[in-house]
Amino acid sequence: MDEQKIPLWRDDRFIKLAVQVLLVVAVVVVIAILANNVSVNFRRLGLNFGFSFLNNPASFGIGDTAIPYSPTDAFGKALLVGLINTLRVIVVGIILATLLGIVVGVARLSENWLVRQIATVYVEIFRNTPLLLQLFLIYTAGFLQLPPIEQALQLPGSTILSNQGLYLIWPIGSLRTGLSLAVLIGGATLGIVLWQRRLRVMELEGASGNGYQKALIGIGIVSLLALLLGLEWRTPQFENGTVTGGLHLSAEFGALLFGLVLYTAAFIAEAVRAGIQSVSQGQWEASRALGLHSSLAMRLVVFPQALRVMIPPLTSEFLNLAKNSSLAAGIAYSDFFQIAFTINNQTGRVLEVVLLIMITYLTINLLISLGMNWFNQRVQLKER
Amino acid sequence: MTTDTPVFVGPPTRQISPWAWAHKNLFSNWLNTLLTIVSVLILGWVVIGLSTWIFSQAQWAVIRDNFRLFLVGRYPVQALWRVWASLGLIVAMGGISWGILARNIRLLDRRGLLLLGILAATVVIVLALLTDPRSIALSLGMLVLLVVLAFVGQRLGQAYPPLGTWLPLGWLVGFLIAYALVRGLIGGGQPVKLDDLSGLLLTLLTAIVSIVVSFPFGVLLALGRRSELPVVRWLSIAYIELVRGLPLVTILFAAQLLVPLVLPTGIRPERVMRAIVGLTLFSAAYLAENVRGGLQSVPRGQVEAAKALGLNPVLNTSLIVLPQALKAVIPTIVGQFISLFKDTSLLAIVGLTELLGMGQSILANPQYIGKNAEVYAFIGLIYWICCYAMSIASQRLEKQLGVTHR
Amino acid sequence: MRKWISLLFATVLTATVAVACASSNDTAAGGGGGTSTLDTVLSRGSLICGVNGQLPGFSFVNNEGEYSGMDADYCRAIAAALFDDPSKVEFRNLSAQERFTALAAGEIDVLIRNTTWTINRDTALGLEFGPTTFFDGQGMLVAKASGVTAISGLGGKSICVQSGTTTEQNLTDKFRKLNIPFTPVVFDDEDALYSAFAQGRCQAATSDRSQLTARRQSLPNPDNYLVLEEVISKEPLGPAVRNNDSKWADAVKWIVYSTFQAEELGIEQDNLTQFASSTDPEVKRLLGQEGTLGTDMGLPNDFAARVIKHVGNYGEIYQRNIGEPFALERGLNSLWTDGGLIYAPPFR
Repeated sequence: MDEQKIPLWRDDRFIKLAVQVLLVVAVVVVIAILANNVSVNFRRLGLNFGFSFLNNPASFGIGDTAIPYSPTDAFGKALLVGLINTLRVIVVGIILATLLGIVVGVARLSENWLVRQIATVYVEIFRNTPLLLQLFLIYTAGFLQLPPIEQALQLPGSTILSNQGLYLIWPIGSLRTGLSLAVLIGGATLGIVLWQRRLRVMELEGASGNGYQKALIGIGIVSLLALLLGLEWRTPQFENGTVTGGLHLSAEFGALLFGLVLYTAAFIAEAVRAGIQSVSQGQWEASRALGLHSSLAMRLVVFPQALRVMIPPLTSEFLNLAKNSSLAAGIAYSDFFQIAFTINNQTGRVLEVVLLIMITYLTINLLISLGMNWFNQRVQLKER
Repeated sequence: MTTDTPVFVGPPTRQISPWAWAHKNLFSNWLNTLLTIVSVLILGWVVIGLSTWIFSQAQWAVIRDNFRLFLVGRYPVQALWRVWASLGLIVAMGGISWGILARNIRLLDRRGLLLLGILAATVVIVLALLTDPRSIALSLGMLVLLVVLAFVGQRLGQAYPPLGTWLPLGWLVGFLIAYALVRGLIGGGQPVKLDDLSGLLLTLLTAIVSIVVSFPFGVLLALGRRSELPVVRWLSIAYIELVRGLPLVTILFAAQLLVPLVLPTGIRPERVMRAIVGLTLFSAAYLAENVRGGLQSVPRGQVEAAKALGLNPVLNTSLIVLPQALKAVIPTIVGQFISLFKDTSLLAIVGLTELLGMGQSILANPQYIGKNAEVYAFIGLIYWICCYAMSIASQRLEKQLGVTHR
Repeated sequence: MRKWISLLFATVLTATVAVACASSNDTAAGGGGGTSTLDTVLSRGSLICGVNGQLPGFSFVNNEGEYSGMDADYCRAIAAALFDDPSKVEFRNLSAQERFTALAAGEIDVLIRNTTWTINRDTALGLEFGPTTFFDGQGMLVAKASGVTAISGLGGKSICVQSGTTTEQNLTDKFRKLNIPFTPVVFDDEDALYSAFAQGRCQAATSDRSQLTARRQSLPNPDNYLVLEEVISKEPLGPAVRNNDSKWADAVKWIVYSTFQAEELGIEQDNLTQFASSTDPEVKRLLGQEGTLGTDMGLPNDFAARVIKHVGNYGEIYQRNIGEPFALERGLNSLWTDGGLIYAPPFR
């Protein structure tokens, strides 16, 4: 039973362990030294670390607020306003960029020569110039060219459009609105359940599903009533140069949204094109042989398959959009980043502010990644 | 059972009349016709709007007067020959590489011509803005140099095929020489401080240095992420995901604001250096993900075969896996470089006078206040030329590598 | 094997902790005290000056690639005093976010970046302010057509303002005091701010009045706009240095004062040679021909003469950078003898 003794330095297990231990040590040492420097420098400059300043009054105004805010509120509240503004742009931006991206991606493969060329030029221009410049140009040469508020355009549906932004009819927050919203959400949920059940009954049992259809119509009528009468709509009122009431989407929000959507859609279009091209030609031919029209073939056969290829690049474009939304400050949109740095400027709390920004964006990105992974797992091929 | 060798006849090429072409491509059905009409309207509106602005409303004096500032910033005028010499070196390298890589195909195919067209258009713009005859002669000379050396390179490449493998090393040395020239480290005269560089010169310097430095770092991270040692793997994953989750502006701000707090008193890296470090750390994480994609594309059999031949893990990785992996991801790496190049415009936000920052400084000159549209359009054009040329060049590179290695 | 591993691990961990603890002591000594910035600058042979770089009238890059403007000239004045060569300045563009960190961390020697002197900055942020070189005040730029003649007429309107500055806070304070609502549109980029204003995105733009005057002239039809008479804040702008370095602070302070004193005495760039033979003891002291005012604080004795020779007196600096380009009256920035606030303590 005499085992051949391996010298320690040639023992694979030992080397692997030693490397890892050394690496951990190196990381710990570096972090310790840096943390120590920070504390030394803080002491030297007479600074201290802590987040209690977030309770101090902000004493600056914010133009775009989705929740009530006044300059007497705390810095923390101002940050919350900024966070909501950031999330607003990200959520709407992702939806619109995806839609536009798909349209342009399909247009890149269009049968129409002119449409194809325009789509190509669009993609090449937006992909090859910096987003920051695009935002500047979209804001100054686009949104600011709308008529000033004094000569605002009065559009149908009480909508008011000027270079201050878009004013829309919007329900005010009251008990009645809340109840009606609950009815709407309940109706939508019930409707989806019934719809799916109807489809299953029709597919599996060959039944007509008429009963379900009647129920669905009933739900639709109730929802429509709730929408029109239940919600307390407020129309924007325009008088001597100011608009009160309704929902205000500022020009800055619009410019940032447009900029992000146009930029990201150019990248998404390329992902969509690659995805569609990755579906084999045979699928097209087979669906045509089955008598499907080319737009139906795209929707029912090719696109669902292309989606599987598209999701990973789409995820990273969504993440990029979220990160790029931090360029809002360049065009006067009060997002999280801008408000955080305004606070930094007023309080001199560099380290705390940078940490807050990092944690916030990491969390947002993590949530997007998790959501897309869940979606990815749902659409992947289920091999049986 | 012998038969005549079959004669392959290609599909008959039909001469298509313009009308037939238009019918097929633009008006094949009502939807198509509608699309065409809408497109023509949009196109006309954009083109008319843009051209009236460019030719009658815009005042381009701000560009002409400050042309040198945009390109080389505050670089000392008497030392400008250094910039020209570096540009000449890079152009010469570019020409020779183009020729060597294209040794087996036609030099001026569609993409090659497009690329040359973009460069020629650039030179024309430069000529329109320059008044100094010496600079005009030099810019024209650069274009001629590029084409001539491309043909020379092609001959060289055909005569000595292995030259191609030395190109990356050549470029590294070339860049080091160009960098030393621009900084005034060789060729006599006063050295130029890193923080004194500005304009497009600074944009190019930060972009190139960051990508070159982040490359090995990114490869290490990618290998680390696939390592079998858990600590190495988790540290790599943590780094990559952390950096990829942050906006670049945050990292650049952290590099400018936090570095003085994090380093001991007395150590104060230059501001440009800090920006480069920020860009490098950022870009390395993205490169690592690109390279990981390449590593995953290398078949397992390659690794196992190399193991069977008795290669140790280090040799196995560096000689078998990496060369195949990197070749597979050249397009994405070029894409990463393009996006890094565009991202350098964010340095303006942290107060560096790269191309965009220089534009903003020029706009503060009382003579040119309010000329933002002209300045931003010009800067956008420079970015577009550089990025588009790079993406065309990368498509060509892809094609040439595909042809020569198969 | 197990034993080896745990032994190794324990050793390394101990070493780590030891290193981490040891490093906490060595760096502490390096900070703060010791040599003055004045000595550092003199031995370096050049001044590192933090400027805005994008502010009309104060600092920007001109056609020739030279920094130009009032702040830039004061950087040159310091270099001229120390080295008899105004070109011995390294300019550093700083964003509003990083200017104080950059100064505190020693990346720049002096901050001349349209920085308002406030009690908070002077005390809590660890800065030391030099003499005010420009007395500014925050104002409002409005379109004449709007009929607004006073700030109280701006209720419910949108107002364009730059982010992260005292301007933003002053604006909020003013409207809170008047108890009227307004919508701030907060820009990071000043060019974007004024083009937004010119397009009517905001009914007013607010900034320091010198900036408003400069920007008003660059608008398509300057006559359609006016700067309201009301001044909503005091904005004394001047150089700032680090706290606890009185040698350097004194040097900066008196170099600036020498430009004031020169104007008061009528000494200009052009007539400096005539004054060199002056018998006036006040002139002789300022130009360093009598006494040791310069050498007493570690500067060359003729520092003021050098400043005047290369950069000029206060009036010349003002006219060159602000007065002529923007047709802006001296106002508060006149000499005290003309009813302004520019006043130098006696040179004796």
